[in-house]
Parts: sequence; C-alpha cells; structure tokens
Amino acid sequence: MRILKSIVVATALTLAMGTAANAQRTDIVIGMVLEPPHLDPTAGAAAAIKEIGYQNIFEGLTRMNDSGEVLPALARSWEISEDGTVYTFELAEGVTFHDGTPFSAEDVKFSLDRARAEDSTNPQKGLFAAIENVEVIDDTTVEVTLSAPQGNFLFNMAWGEAAIVSEASAGTNQENPIGTGPFKFDNWARGSAVTLTRYEEYWGDDVYLDRAEFRFVPDAAAAIPALLSGDVHAMSNMPAGDALSQIENDPRFEVVIGSTEGETILSLNNAREPFDDLRVRQAIAHAINRDDVIAAASSGLGVPIGSHMAPHNPAYVDLTDTYPHDPERARELLAEAGHADGFSATLRLPPPPYARDGGQVIAAQLRQVGIELEIIPVEWAEWLSQVFTDKDFDMTIISHVEPVDIGIYARDDYYFQYSNEEFNAAYEELTVTADEDRRNEIFQDLQRILAEDAPVGFLYQMPKIGVWDARIEGMWENWPLAVSDLSQVRWTE
Amino acid sequence: MSAPDAATPPEGIGAFLRDAFSNRSFLIGAVITMLIAAMALLSFVWTPYDVTDLVVASRMQTPSAEHWLGTDHFGRDILSMIMVGARNSIAVAVVAVGIGVAIGVPLGCWAAARGGWIDEVLMRFNDLVFAFPALLSAIMITAIFGPGAVNAIIAIGIFNIPVFARVARAGALSIWPREYVLAARAAGKGPTLITIEHILPNIASILLVQGTIQFALGILAETGLSYLGLGAQPPMPSWGRMLFDAQTRMMVAPHLALFPGMAIVITVLGLNLLGDGLRDLLDPKLRRRR
Amino acid sequence: MTVFLLKRILIGLVTLALASMVVFAIMELLPGDPARLMLGMNATAESVSALRTQMGLDDPIHLRYLNWVGGMLVGDFGRSFTYSAPVIGLIAERAVVSLPLALIALVLSTIIAIPVGIFAAARRGRAGDTVSMGAAQIGVAVPNFWFALMLVYVFAVWLQLVPAGGFPGWGGGIWPGLRALILPAVALALPQAAILARVTRSAMLEVLGEDYIRTARAKGMPRRHVLWRHALRNAMIPVLTIMGLQFAFLLAGTIIIENVFYLPGLGRLVFQAITQRDLIVVEGVVMLLVASVIVINLLVDLCYALVDPRLRAAR
Repeated sequence: MRILKSIVVATALTLAMGTAANAQRTDIVIGMVLEPPHLDPTAGAAAAIKEIGYQNIFEGLTRMNDSGEVLPALARSWEISEDGTVYTFELAEGVTFHDGTPFSAEDVKFSLDRARAEDSTNPQKGLFAAIENVEVIDDTTVEVTLSAPQGNFLFNMAWGEAAIVSEASAGTNQENPIGTGPFKFDNWARGSAVTLTRYEEYWGDDVYLDRAEFRFVPDAAAAIPALLSGDVHAMSNMPAGDALSQIENDPRFEVVIGSTEGETILSLNNAREPFDDLRVRQAIAHAINRDDVIAAASSGLGVPIGSHMAPHNPAYVDLTDTYPHDPERARELLAEAGHADGFSATLRLPPPPYARDGGQVIAAQLRQVGIELEIIPVEWAEWLSQVFTDKDFDMTIISHVEPVDIGIYARDDYYFQYSNEEFNAAYEELTVTADEDRRNEIFQDLQRILAEDAPVGFLYQMPKIGVWDARIEGMWENWPLAVSDLSQVRWTE
Repeated sequence: MSAPDAATPPEGIGAFLRDAFSNRSFLIGAVITMLIAAMALLSFVWTPYDVTDLVVASRMQTPSAEHWLGTDHFGRDILSMIMVGARNSIAVAVVAVGIGVAIGVPLGCWAAARGGWIDEVLMRFNDLVFAFPALLSAIMITAIFGPGAVNAIIAIGIFNIPVFARVARAGALSIWPREYVLAARAAGKGPTLITIEHILPNIASILLVQGTIQFALGILAETGLSYLGLGAQPPMPSWGRMLFDAQTRMMVAPHLALFPGMAIVITVLGLNLLGDGLRDLLDPKLRRRR
Repeated sequence: MTVFLLKRILIGLVTLALASMVVFAIMELLPGDPARLMLGMNATAESVSALRTQMGLDDPIHLRYLNWVGGMLVGDFGRSFTYSAPVIGLIAERAVVSLPLALIALVLSTIIAIPVGIFAAARRGRAGDTVSMGAAQIGVAVPNFWFALMLVYVFAVWLQLVPAGGFPGWGGGIWPGLRALILPAVALALPQAAILARVTRSAMLEVLGEDYIRTARAKGMPRRHVLWRHALRNAMIPVLTIMGLQFAFLLAGTIIIENVFYLPGLGRLVFQAITQRDLIVVEGVVMLLVASVIVINLLVDLCYALVDPRLRAAR
C-alpha cells in the first residue's frame, strides 16, 4: 500500500515537474498557540488576529521588518513638513482589495477616520490620537495633519491596528477579512485552523507560497509530536518550554531564539504604601533573582532586562546591574524604610504560565527578605477590570507586549500609577523629536531613569522561540510585532 | 422482607469485627485509606523537604536517593508535594461530603416524613441540580467566586446535597411503614422525634456507604477541578495541579505526571474498596449472597 | 400512561425553565467586563463603552433575559461576543467533534464492559471474576484526564502512532478525524467501562438467581444458551439505564478530556467561553447540555415505565 502510494506520488511529482522544473513546495502549515476570536485587526486586542492576518491579509501605510525597521508599504514614500505636523503619503498604484474593489486614498481616509472616530472600537485608539485631519489630495496622495509633531507616527502606522480596510468590507472583516495583502482569507475551521491562499492580483513583489494554514496547537505536548511528524512545518513562537531540548538537537529543525516586545515585569502599585517608597522598591529589585525567575517561568530562555526596552532595539542599554540580586541589601533597605520585619502584600497573577510560574518564584524570593506575598490567581477578564482598570492591586506580573511602549510610564493614570516629572518631561521631548539619533539618546535616558527609580520589578524579555523545518527560509527571527509575515517564507529544496 | 433490620448486625460487635477481618475489600480499603490519611496528617508536622522552598537550580530531577520521587519544575520534592497534596484533597472531599450530609440528609428525611408538596418540591430541586453536568456547574461556580480550595468545596458540596437527600429519602420511606414506627406514631410521637429516634439510626449504614462513595468521587472531582486550574491554588500543592504542570513537560520528565496520578488512583481505589466492603458488611442481603 | 407521560414532560419543561434562570443569573454574577476583555489593555474608555453598547450589554437585565429566552425558543441562540458568529453555528461546529467523541466512547465502553461483566458473573467467585472485577475497581479509580496523559505519553509521544492533540476537522476525510479521536475516546471510555462492567455483573447475578433461570437450567438448557439468551436480555434493563445516564455524563465529561487533547468540541468551547466572558455562548451551550440531560432522563423514565407497570402506577 505504502509502495503504491509512493509510486502515485512520484508519478504526480514527475508530471508536475514537467511544467515547472525544480518545483518546490508552496504550501506551509504554521502552528500557533491561541486561536483568534475573529480576524479584524482593527477591532480586537487579541495578538492572534495580527499573527495570522497582519502583513499577510492586511497592510498598513507602513510596515515593519523583523528588526523593527519601519519600511514603506501601501505608502510608497512620504514627505514630512518642516514643523513635523503634515505627512504627505504617496500611495502604491494598481492595488486592489481581495474582493476586487480598487484601493485609493479614500480608503486611507476612511480607515484612519474610522479608527479615531468617537464610537471607534479600535483597541489602540491612542495610535491615532495625534491625527487632526486626513485629506485626500488625489487618488494616490493623502495628507495627514497632526495636532502636534509626533516622532513615532510612521512607526504607529505600521501597527496591525492601523491596517487599511475598505469601506465595503469593514463591517464583515471579523468573519471574512478583506485586505490588500499578498494572501487572501480562504477558510476558518473554528477550533482547528485558518487557511490563506495567494492573492493573484497582489500589487507588490511576488510571494513564494500558494497556500498557508495556521493550525492551533496550544501546548508543547501537542506541538512537538506535530512538528516531528511533519503535520506542522513551523511555529513562530512555540510553547516549547522545557520540552525544547527534544528538537533542539534534531538536524531536521531550525531553532531560533529571538526576542519579542514583551517586557515581563513585576508591576507594583506605586500609589499604594509601601510601594510609594523608593527604598522599598529598591529592596524588591535587590530581592529578585532574575535567573531563577527565567529558569522557572521561561525555561531559561528569556533575556534579563533592567529597564523597559527590548534588547533587540537599537536604543537598548543593559541596566540589569542597577540593583543586582542581593537579599542582604534588600533587608537593609527595608529596615531603613521602616519595615525591618518586612510586610505582606498580595500578588495577582493572570493565567499565562509565565505569570503563574514566575509569581511562585518571586513569592519565594521576596519571602527571603521578609515580604510575604499572598498569591491570588485571576482570569484575564478579572485582571483587566480589577488590576488594569480599577487599579485595585498591590503587585502583579504581566508582559507588556506593545512595541516600544516605554511611554506607559509617562501616563500618570496608568494602572501602576507611576509618576515622575523628570521622566514625563523627557518623554514629552521624545514625542516631538523626529531625529533618529536624538530619539535614541532620549530613549536611553528614559531607560536609566526607570532602572534607578524601579517603579516596577524588571524581570526579563519574553523570548520568541522560533522552530521550523530546516528547509524553510524567511521566517522572522525577532518579533518587533507579533506577526507571522509570510511574504519572504519559502522552501529551499 | 421487613425484619431483621438493615442497620444493626444481629450478631453483635464481635461478630461484625470478625466479618470485617475476613472481608478482603474492607480490609485492603481500610488499610489504604488509613495509610493515606496518616501520610496527610504526617505532612502537617514533617515532610522530607519544605514545599515552599523553591530550588530552581535542581529542577525536574528524576527520582534519586535524595528525592525519592524526583523534583518538579521549581525543584520542589515531589514526595513532599504529594504528602501535602493529600491533605488538600482529603480536606476538600471531607467538607464537601459534610455539606452533602448536613443539608441533604435533613432535607431527605423531611421530605419523607411530610410527603406531599414538600416532597415534590425537593424532588424537583433534585432534578434541577442533576440536570446540570456536575463539572460544568463547578466550573461556573469557581468562575464567579474565583478559583480556590474553598470554592471547590462549595462546588462539589452542592452536588452532594441531592445525592444524600435522595438516599436519605429513599431509606426513610422504607422505614416509615415499619411496625415500630407505626407504634411510635400511635404513641403520639411527632415526625421529628421519630426521625431522630427511629429513622436516622436505621438509615445510618446506607448513608455511611454512600458517604464513602461520595468521598472517593469528591477526591476525583477535586483533582479534576485543580487540574483545570480551578481548585487549590499555588503555592498550595494539589494533585490535580501537579498533573497540569506535568502535562507540558511530560516529554522530558514523565515522572512528573506519573506519581501524582498514582496517588489519586491509590486513594480512590482504597476508598472504593472500603465502601464496597462496608456495604457487604452492613447489608445482610448482600452478605448472605457472598 | 398518557398522564404519566405528560407529567414527566411538564416536569422536564419546568426544570428547563428554572435552569435557564439559574444559568442567566450565574452569568450575570461573573466578574469582568467582556467588552474590556475584547479590546485589551490599551483600549480607551470610550472604545470600551462604545463596544458595550454595540453588544447590548447596557440593556436592563430583565429585557436581556427575555430576549435571550425568546430567541432560543425560535432557535436563535444569539451571537458570540468573541467570535462574532451565531452561537448556534458555533455549537454545530463543535458538536461534530463532541458527539462522535461521546458516541465512540459509549460504544467502546459498552463493547468492553458487557462481555467482561457477563464473564465475571458467569465465573462468580472464581479467578476470572476476581481479576476482572479487580481491574474494574482500579478502572473506576483512575481519573480520566490522568489516564489521558498516560495515553498521550505512550501512544503519541513515545510510539508516535496518533496525534497528541488537536483536531484536523472532518474536511480531510473520516480517517484523520477518527485518528485524532481515538485516544480521547479511550480515555473517556475506560472509567465508564469499569462502572458498566460492575453494573452488568451485578445485574446478571441478580437475574441468574431468579427462579425461571434455574428452571431453564434444570430443564437441561445449555449453560451458554441460558446465559446469553435469557439472562442477558433481562439484565439489560439496568444496564441500559446506566448507559443512558452515561451518555449525558460523557457529553459533559468531554470538557476535561477536550482540554487535555485540545479538541475543538463543546466542552472546550464552553470552558474557553467562561474565561473569555463570552456569556451568550456559555448560556447557549449549558442550556443545550441541560436539555439533553433532561431528555435522556425522560427517555430512561419512559423505558422504565414501559417495562415495569408498577412504577407507572406508583407515580
């Protein structure tokens, strides 16, 4: 039976080769952890929506590559006015949406206006806050006026939430996403997979794949056998954990540990006693042993961080030595702050293993210096309402996955309620600076202020555990955006 | 058909003990149950290692002379975890059965004594509770009140209420027509007094048997809930949670999943054997047949 | 008979109505805002409240209850918040995983349990009985999710014969789908088979002790014939009852097993929906499960009544 099957396959292959000499595989199955709730990147915060669709189905004015560089996308070029408030985008020509409707400057205006409208349900409405007016100059030119200069406006426009959609399909993108990207939505077998196929009329460079399936394999117990058996060819970020050693030494697979934008931190409620006391925060920082946290919560793969910036970012400075692991010093600082006998607090943990496992290690470490933590596990829904919205918490562990989001510390009403004049002023300058070198300098100042002020316990950068068939090329190594960009992905033999 | 009574073995205590020692199920079940209980009690004063101590450096070790059952992903000693986990499972199951007995038995007896609409309402309440798949309701209950051992107890306990109500009602209904009950009624005793003096002693044995069964089911339910992350919360060790943690690491450390599972099987097996044995000992009809 | 039937149906309907209130009330008590959950951490307050209005979460409670129940009566279970798809469609998609799974498990447990039960009864007190009932005793004590983990380790991780989890869908043919359901079905079936084998054995023993069986034996009918033709038929009544109850249990029991194997079935749907606060989905699935339990109980009652006229009179 098996022999017969291989004969059939061989014959089919020979026939196929007749037409295309050197035919390579053009299909791929990519495993991913979470199933998206729907597929409209402008209407939901779930990262899985963008992981599948963004830069595959949908495109924005700009895009990012895997080192976080901002590149032209639907906007082929742009001009910025002298004062930095007017952006004139020159758009690509001959672009069509997957339903055949032609793309024009009107769609850009529609998408941006929709995202910043009063009743918008865009999860990143803040990206569009600076936009004052969007004006269509002609079919391929659009002018965006900002209320004040915004240094990272082009960067913002590369986010999945800033995807350009068509008015005709905006209402139905959740179930049947229609974009301008190289792949169009084909099928969603709920609970198991989403399939994309190549969009023949794509305006940009040709892609290599004809068909891509995103299959949901939620944990290592399922992912490793799926990879080994060839059911799944690649995973952008594998839930491998401790099981990674199983495939690391297998020559059939490429394992690439990259970084993500996920700064995993021990958040403290800075408005509450005793966390409003710098010495207490320093003591907590000294009490934390990052290596143990990483070993237990991230299988030893995360990169320790000392401030709020991803190590792959050009502006990154290593500040992990600001408050090294030193329980002795921690106890001294606590004593100075009037907590010689320590104190007790609560630690609310959302569901992901990094928080639940990391939380246990942190609790054990803080107990060493006299801080008794009561662990309270919470569901996401509760975390968002209790911790994030109502700010009713002492400590929590969370990974902040938004790209380059150091600005959250400048928001005085943000859930950890950190407020620092010096930081806010520096950040204010950053937002109006467009010069790349100056921006990096300010970014570094910001990191230093945070590292010393220790408003939260900086733990580690979430790793991106990329695993794929060794014959596959073009997968992203790092995740400045959590997307599975397939435009460069190909089989090499 | 009516006499001798189901409850009191006619031969007396000595004969009962003799029977007990010759009943294999009872004997094995009792020994296992006592061993598990002893292990749980011992964990209050002594465990090989402190389960609150995380030694990340020595994580996921296979069984060795220092760690008989190996260590988990935090470097905690698995044997110690199982010992502490035992007391958690037992506590949850005991209290859950307690809730069932404390509320269900009076309800069942009341319904049997009064009959009529009270009986009808109680039975409809039973229908209602039984109509919900138990695990599903437990998940919903813990979702409201948050996960934790106490809420697991409530969730499991609620399902024990109709079970005991049903058993108590059926038992009581079979006792009410007996001559001595009729005599007591003729003598002017009220239903409450009759229930306490005559009904309860006579249904005690079936309640005991049912209690053992529910206890075993309670342990299974508790481990199931904590496996789903809804039972006892870390750092409190629990068998179900240990299995959850083991699942993703099974490929590299299968022992993490093996031992907690075996602890569950042995405990439940012991309780079931004990229940079977008790039923044989206390139910003369079955005993004759053996 | 008709009166009995009507009464049972009425009781079933009342239970269903009460259950709908209980489910709705529980969902109201769940902490957390579904709109906030969908939009995530960086959403502005206006976005969240705009979505709340869109989802109809700001309507008064009694209105929402009546809308929901009224919708269900005409087959409209509402739209899922998170999937933004009709709930009935989601349920249908998931039921094609859960129903086959529960059915396979039921068939599997039956074909294991009944022969074992009969065998044990026929050899009562002898080695065969002791061994098979000992095994059943252990089977009852095994938590199905742990058994599932062990199966995954042996057959998926070690031998790599079947997938460790996930479901390819029925689109690619029957076999790939069935392959994904084998381990979960075995894991679900084993503890049930153990219970069923014990019930079969004791039902058989009960029947074998009856006079007519003894008479049949005394008249010289072959043992095997008596066992299979006469005894089994009569012993099937309690066995069928248990099987009916087990099917309802299996449907719900899939919650935990589907979580172990990541099967996109009803159990996993409802479990995820609870954590995602997709209230309308939870309500729909729970009502469906409750209704199926009630219907099955009704059928079991009916079977009983048909077989035993005394029960009919008593009620």
